[in-house]
Amino acid sequence: MATVDIRGVKKAYGTTRVIHGVDVDIRDGEFVVLVGPSGCGKSTLLRMIAGLENITGGEIRIGDRVVNDVPPKERDIAMVFQNYALYPHMTVGANMGFSLKLRGAPRSEIDARVARAAEILGLSQLLDRYPRQLSGGQRQRVAMGRAIVRDPQVFLFDEPLSNLDAKLRVQMRTEIKELHQRLKTTTVYVTHDQIEAMTMADKIVVMHDGVVEQIGAPLDLYDKPANQFVAGFIGSPAMNFIGGTVEVNGTGQFRCDSGVMMPLEGIAATHHGRRAVYGLRPEHIRIVPDGAPAEVIVVEPTGSEMLVVARLGGPKGQEIACLFRERMTLQPGETIKISPMKGMPHLFDEASGARLDG
Amino acid sequence: MADIAAPGARARSRSWWSGIGQGRHVLGLLFLLPAAVFLLLFLTYPLGLGVWLGFTDTRIGRDGVFVGLENYELLWIDSVFWLAVFNTLLYTTGASILKFGLGLWLALLLNQHLPFKAFFRAVVLLPWVVPTVLSAIAFWWIFDAQFSILSWALIKLGLIDQNINFLGDSTNARASVIAANVWRGIPFVAISLLAGLQTIPPSLHEAATLDGASGWQRFRYITLPMLSPIIAVVMTFSVLFTFTDFQLIYVLTRGGPLNATHLMATLSFQRAIPGGQLGEGAAIAVAMIPFLLAAILFSYFGLQRRKWQQGGGD
Repeated sequence: MATVDIRGVKKAYGTTRVIHGVDVDIRDGEFVVLVGPSGCGKSTLLRMIAGLENITGGEIRIGDRVVNDVPPKERDIAMVFQNYALYPHMTVGANMGFSLKLRGAPRSEIDARVARAAEILGLSQLLDRYPRQLSGGQRQRVAMGRAIVRDPQVFLFDEPLSNLDAKLRVQMRTEIKELHQRLKTTTVYVTHDQIEAMTMADKIVVMHDGVVEQIGAPLDLYDKPANQFVAGFIGSPAMNFIGGTVEVNGTGQFRCDSGVMMPLEGIAATHHGRRAVYGLRPEHIRIVPDGAPAEVIVVEPTGSEMLVVARLGGPKGQEIACLFRERMTLQPGETIKISPMKGMPHLFDEASGARLDG
Repeated sequence: MADIAAPGARARSRSWWSGIGQGRHVLGLLFLLPAAVFLLLFLTYPLGLGVWLGFTDTRIGRDGVFVGLENYELLWIDSVFWLAVFNTLLYTTGASILKFGLGLWLALLLNQHLPFKAFFRAVVLLPWVVPTVLSAIAFWWIFDAQFSILSWALIKLGLIDQNINFLGDSTNARASVIAANVWRGIPFVAISLLAGLQTIPPSLHEAATLDGASGWQRFRYITLPMLSPIIAVVMTFSVLFTFTDFQLIYVLTRGGPLNATHLMATLSFQRAIPGGQLGEGAAIAVAMIPFLLAAILFSYFGLQRRKWQQGGGD
């Protein structure tokens, strides 16, 4: 087990720069998720930690050692690939024991360690099968088994669940988390799925266009997104953004471009008249008698909650999504009066997207 | 005419057509027919004729009679025939091993990230594209007793002091024709294996690298086993082509010197056409069949069927 320090890491392919100076500290035993939309550089960063891509600038340390020029096999890391990368011509047992075999470990030791890993992952019955004969979830487990057997300093996961169906994905998510709690090995996990990131991570690194947008614990990112990108990326359904102007006359208010006024607490008088973006999560909207009017367009009940899409301020207003816990009989065309829960609205600078506090 | 034909006849002809269109089997057979005729006419008939001729004493210009196994009995005690069998096996084994080794090496090189990759891949195909007779004539000059560029170059380098007798000496001649065959056969092996190499997912190599495999170990444990099905197919074809080779030998040595490079194919031709003994020539050609069948069966049962390649299920 080890720490991983990423200092000012840059990556360029020829003149195309894909990562522009990334700093991340990963503590010993931590589960860190790199999350971001496709092409944000998260997989490239992971492959640089693994040593599969060289580092254009900056440095990466694993433990106390700078690994920029250390070949992959000497970095003592194990990686689980998106397509699992199981060796098709080897049995499950041989796949898992391959790294030990290369190291010249004695047969008895290989068998013992493979058996132990197989037991942890429930693969004991499958050791003589070939990857072709396994289901997607079983292959996924073998890929993890191959990593566990080596007992490496760091586990790297590159979108390991994206080839599984939704139900299996939820199940494997839990299994990976349990595995981490059991083994306590430092883990770096790449995904584009923010739910995966939220549920699994000790710490999330949100990346976008080759830069880190925010690093923090899942709930910190949810409660205090550093900018509009993180706010829109974390949370499902996504946060509503409404353009408008800040008004402070004793109490703060936000005048939406449609003319609707929304409450805004604790805003400094210096922001009066400033153009800004008002961010409001769907689950932080409630119906109150004196709220802002909104016309219901679509109602999507899911059983546990209701997603309502409505136009704020009447038929020509902006569409916003609202998530209500309580069941109501709403019809499209009906007008509801909505208001944000106290202290829940977020405010972002219109030009830079940065969070505006106080 | 059609205009005044009875409506009933028209309806009948339409139903006849639609019957063909709808009956899958009739239509299927119809589509198969040209290929079947082609195969019967150009493959089965000559093969059958060849086998039949092997059991007769036919000569050019004279119909033969059935003589049973007499041709084969004569071949059994014919030292030239056995020499040709030995030469063919030597030629096939030597050339195939070299083609495999060099072809695999070339394929691995071309699979690297080289500059001008597409250009090199095209260049490698050249020996395969050039007509055999043309390249054979070129080799004939390269191996010429007096004007050989190889001898010239080696003399100028001071490595030898007189021309090498490439095609006049038994051992040299055998080595020379094998070299020419290898040169010609490498592209097929190299390009086919290159295609095979590109089907191996890069992530397998990455996984092996992280597992601690060196370059050699990745080749030994990943590339080679995953390439083995393609190697089996390619080398089967290569062996078949080499075993039945005729053109190169015929242009370069005509089987000489002292029959040292006579292959079964060239001997068969020489006995049958210039020698006029169609029956005997046919018998030699037929004698190649068991060898070819053995090669095919070996590759089919020995190399191609891998447990890991077969789909799911227990």
